[in-house]
Amino acid sequence: MNDEHRPYTLVAELTYRCPLRCVYCSNPLDYGRHVDGLDTAEWLRVFREAEELGVVQLHLTGGEPLVRDDLEPLVEGARALDLYTNLITSGIPLSRERLARFRSLGLDNVQVSIQDITASSSDRIAGSRVFDRKLEVARWVKELGFPLTINTVLHRDNLDHVEEIVALAEALSADRLELANTQYLGWALANRRALLPTAAQLDRARRASSAARARLRGKMEIVFVMPDYYSEFPKACMDGWGRRFVVVSPDGLALPCHVAHTLPGLVFENVKDRPLEAIWCDSPAFNAFRGEAWMPEPCRSCERRAIDFGGCRCQAFHLTRNAAATDPACSLSPDHGLIEAAREQALRAPSDGFEYRAPRSAVRT
Amino acid sequence: MIALDSRPRLAAKARIRFDRKTARYLLLYPERGLVLNPTAADVAKLCTGEHTVHAIVERLVEKYAPQPRDGVERDVMSFLATLTERGLMQADP
Repeated sequence: MNDEHRPYTLVAELTYRCPLRCVYCSNPLDYGRHVDGLDTAEWLRVFREAEELGVVQLHLTGGEPLVRDDLEPLVEGARALDLYTNLITSGIPLSRERLARFRSLGLDNVQVSIQDITASSSDRIAGSRVFDRKLEVARWVKELGFPLTINTVLHRDNLDHVEEIVALAEALSADRLELANTQYLGWALANRRALLPTAAQLDRARRASSAARARLRGKMEIVFVMPDYYSEFPKACMDGWGRRFVVVSPDGLALPCHVAHTLPGLVFENVKDRPLEAIWCDSPAFNAFRGEAWMPEPCRSCERRAIDFGGCRCQAFHLTRNAAATDPACSLSPDHGLIEAAREQALRAPSDGFEYRAPRSAVRT
Repeated sequence: MIALDSRPRLAAKARIRFDRKTARYLLLYPERGLVLNPTAADVAKLCTGEHTVHAIVERLVEKYAPQPRDGVERDVMSFLATLTERGLMQADP
């Protein structure tokens, strides 16, 4: 493989278990069927194989990675490979002592999710009373000398609070704030009618975020991720299929993105069966949407095809039932009406009921 | 602002790592990385909070002789300003 297909980041989904029940969780709807299949030694082997393949960034995530009691040796092993090691966590369940151990083992960065600016609104999204504890964990992160990233997933209930979210992140001395609009897949797609904002909300939030970014330049990095439902063109999902990211799921599947295993017809291989490099380079599933040969029109002749790679394969499938379709988020897609209808619904008939994340083993995803 | 007598230090979130694939140094920070050219890597490695910008420039002038000092100083200052703007560099007085 040449540099065109080199993974820089390994997303290690150590488990799908999590004490929270967030209504936009990015884990697949059938997460309950995927058990934790890799032990400590197997994960360490995956880290080593990923590093040999070119990975320099490691995201320890899930589910909630803290529920694994072998996180300490995993952090230690990752740092021995000189991987930039980022713990992506809700902060629950964690003690200050354990966090201090991660610090001494060389963990590079801690990303704590915060759902909103008050306990009641935040806990409503998380489906659990955890807001105050999260703030406490974020304070520990800084007290122990870690860089802190605050991540807030944006949707119609908190999009009007962007200025207050920035103020909260500043009060916590965050080094980086990710304001990431919900990606409507998995649980978020199931809850889309309650989560999708209006264009006016989004416009105000984007302006608030730009002003804060200019004001805090050099102090706190602010990343505002647009929702593709309101963009003219789709996102370069994962920087292109099997190009820059490799995800390993709790049961050991090597994936181009965290929900690729919900696409039918693709066989994803397990890191227990074959080395990661072989899977990355040769597996039909990783090669399925590389390059341009798979592209339909209007992508195939579009001048943006090397910019957005046709958008998100999972979004294409979950909205059109065809994983090789142009991402409907693209204004040029023949299926773009699906997005326009969702936007119309957000304006005229939103819902205020949520389906909380919970095991639903027999669902069709 | 970083001045000639300040002592620049990489921000806590940034870390340098050699990349075997490209034989370049990378400056890594959360979810991102910058590829450093050899000169930039030399500068970044000296940003430990011990050396003044002046001393860093001297070191590079020696290493890259006969590059003119003015040009080296301009490049170093511009690199440090870029990293400061991105929150990747701090300066101790």
